[in-house]
Amino acid sequence: MSLLEVKDLKVRVEEREILHGLSLTVNPGEVHAIMGPNGSGKSTLSHVIAGKPGYEVTGGQILFRGEDLLEMEPNERAANGVFLAFQYPVEIPGVTTWNFLHAALNAQRKARGEDEISSPAFLKKVREVAKSLNIPQDMLKRGVNVGFSGGEKKRNEILQMALFEPAVCILDEMDSGLDIDALRIAADGVNALRSPERAMVVITHYQRLLNYIVPDFVHVMSKGRVVKSGGKELALELEESGYAQFEDAA
Amino acid sequence: MNVVAKTETGRALGDAFASARDRLPGKGKIADQRRQAFEAYERSGLPHRRIEDWKYTDLRALMREVLPLAPAPDAAALGRAAAAAKLRAIDGVRRLVLVDGAFAPDLSDLGSLEKGLGIRPLREVLDAGDGALSAQAFATDISDPMIALNGAMATDGVVIEIADGAVLAQPLHIVHVASGTAPASMFTRSLLRLGRDTNVTLVESYLAGEGTKAYQAHDALIVAIGDNARFDHVRLVEDSIDAFNISSATISLGAHAHLNTFGLTSGGHVSRYQLTVTCAGEGSKVETNGVNLINGTQHADTTLFMDHAVPHCASREIFRAVVDDRAHSVFQGRIIVRPDAQKTDAKMMTRALLLSDDAEADNKPELEIFADDVTCGHGATTGALDESLLFYMRARGLPEKEAQALLIQAFVGEAIESIASDALREVAIATAQRWLEARA
Ligand SMILES: Nc1ncnc2c1ncn2[C@@H]1O[C@H](COP(=O)(O)OP(=O)(O)O)[C@@H](O)[C@H]1O
Ligand SMILES: [Mg+2]
Repeated sequence: MSLLEVKDLKVRVEEREILHGLSLTVNPGEVHAIMGPNGSGKSTLSHVIAGKPGYEVTGGQILFRGEDLLEMEPNERAANGVFLAFQYPVEIPGVTTWNFLHAALNAQRKARGEDEISSPAFLKKVREVAKSLNIPQDMLKRGVNVGFSGGEKKRNEILQMALFEPAVCILDEMDSGLDIDALRIAADGVNALRSPERAMVVITHYQRLLNYIVPDFVHVMSKGRVVKSGGKELALELEESGYAQFEDAA
Repeated sequence: MNVVAKTETGRALGDAFASARDRLPGKGKIADQRRQAFEAYERSGLPHRRIEDWKYTDLRALMREVLPLAPAPDAAALGRAAAAAKLRAIDGVRRLVLVDGAFAPDLSDLGSLEKGLGIRPLREVLDAGDGALSAQAFATDISDPMIALNGAMATDGVVIEIADGAVLAQPLHIVHVASGTAPASMFTRSLLRLGRDTNVTLVESYLAGEGTKAYQAHDALIVAIGDNARFDHVRLVEDSIDAFNISSATISLGAHAHLNTFGLTSGGHVSRYQLTVTCAGEGSKVETNGVNLINGTQHADTTLFMDHAVPHCASREIFRAVVDDRAHSVFQGRIIVRPDAQKTDAKMMTRALLLSDDAEADNKPELEIFADDVTCGHGATTGALDESLLFYMRARGLPEKEAQALLIQAFVGEAIESIASDALREVAIATAQRWLEARA
């Protein structure tokens, strides 16, 4: 069974159709890249998969391990293994990263019928992950993302991904706002999480990221549809020819 | 003479005052003052929305009548009160318990008083005819009808004196418990006199005994803070959900004195807390902070009057209201800077968080500045929880109520943070937590 199946998905935002029948099938262990110009609907797709309110699905379906994902609350999706690394992670003043991660992890475990993780075990786990991502401890004591640089916010997303161990990770423009060193650290973090059970959907505007996270499949999105799919060589092709050809095709 | 037609309930209260008079301690001058106070109350009766200070809390509509005085608690009432007080016991404090308007010595810790600390029931002070103390306890302004009514009807309370230089290691905890079986009102009045260079912490809790539902708690607290003294005050209102709590605190500060007061209201059906703070000595510093956590059809009103009478004083107010369902939160904050009060530094910030479409929050900040060399400001905001934050948190696995709870904790945190004592801050956090858990 596929891990994630998006079938002929049609989505409206404020009376305007943004996705016009988009399909995508993701199996365990696969890394898919979704590329496309700004405004093509990449973030919309990621938001609908994560369950953000305000989007109206007018057609098609999304199955996660064969179950109707759209019927689940956002927190249920998370507990079942869907993870979205946001293009624009929010700041939550007054809620420490530490508390937030602990509460979220325990909520997920509770939803799955697992025991809560004890504070010491949690501490140990977060410390290890933070270290591997070059995240200083004192950042975890601050409000979630408060006063973080763009790069720090993105690393914080990867930290959460590592902590929650999701089945499918959707990374929305993880590379935006990162310099080459920060990009390398974040990409290493993502690559370390690649496994035969886990799938990744890497959304990006630029080919550059795909030098670090090498995909198995590349899909080109334009105007709310997948207009071309292929192997990793498609990314390089795009780098040379640009998106213009697909804009016309769409 | 101006003849005002009295309502039925007004007449009933007049009769109640006349018949209760014998039960009210204090002879001579105090008895005269009580009568004057009652007359002052009678001139307006229960405040209503056409009285500016009460425009958001119309007691005529909400409360309709003042209930008859509660009878002195019997053994069963005292037992229920003891159980309620135990449930909210705080470690390491000296507990003083008022049950149904009477000081309860058997439930109170009066043993081994620290040096410089004196505690007596108000009734005893009045019966003993201690002129100076009695006068101070009844010196409140009777222009507000409910404070006047309290002066007329107060049956008991505690009178606490702290001698110059005394630093109390142990906080005092006044526990107000309603424990009767029939709807009734209780009127209490307490006085704290802090000498110079003293340091005192007072916690107040409002509770109901098991099974006690509808009642009216009317309390007045009078605090005089001496020069160079510090007073920390934490007030937790967890009255029964059918209760009325109409209370006031009147606090004055001497030179270089410091007041830190925090109030949290999560209980009661209708509550009104009138806090009047006067900087009477130069160089004094005031922090007043408050939180309302209310839902259902609760109504909670905090009305602050901050009076800068002398130069070089600073005041800070942080107020946070979290309002769910059809509840109504009111914050009125009036800062007056008198002509002499140059170099005053006064700031007030209030924020309300509405958790439902029917929730209501009224914010009325007022600055009246009569001095020219001052720094004053206020700000007020009202809004809902940020949807994008909620979604982010839910996308990480937190159910909606849990995500809301974390954001609410953060929202009220800034006010709670101001509590100086770690232990008491934890008590306030636990009180807020109880409210959050009850709504989850
Ligand atoms: N909340 C919204 N309200 C109105 N239009 C939106 C909203 N979100 C996205 N859109 C529109 O949908 C289209 C796709 O946006 P988005 O999914 O963010 O694209 P991408 O991530 O590929 O840049 C754009 O035209 C954008 O303006
Ligand atoms: Mg985008």
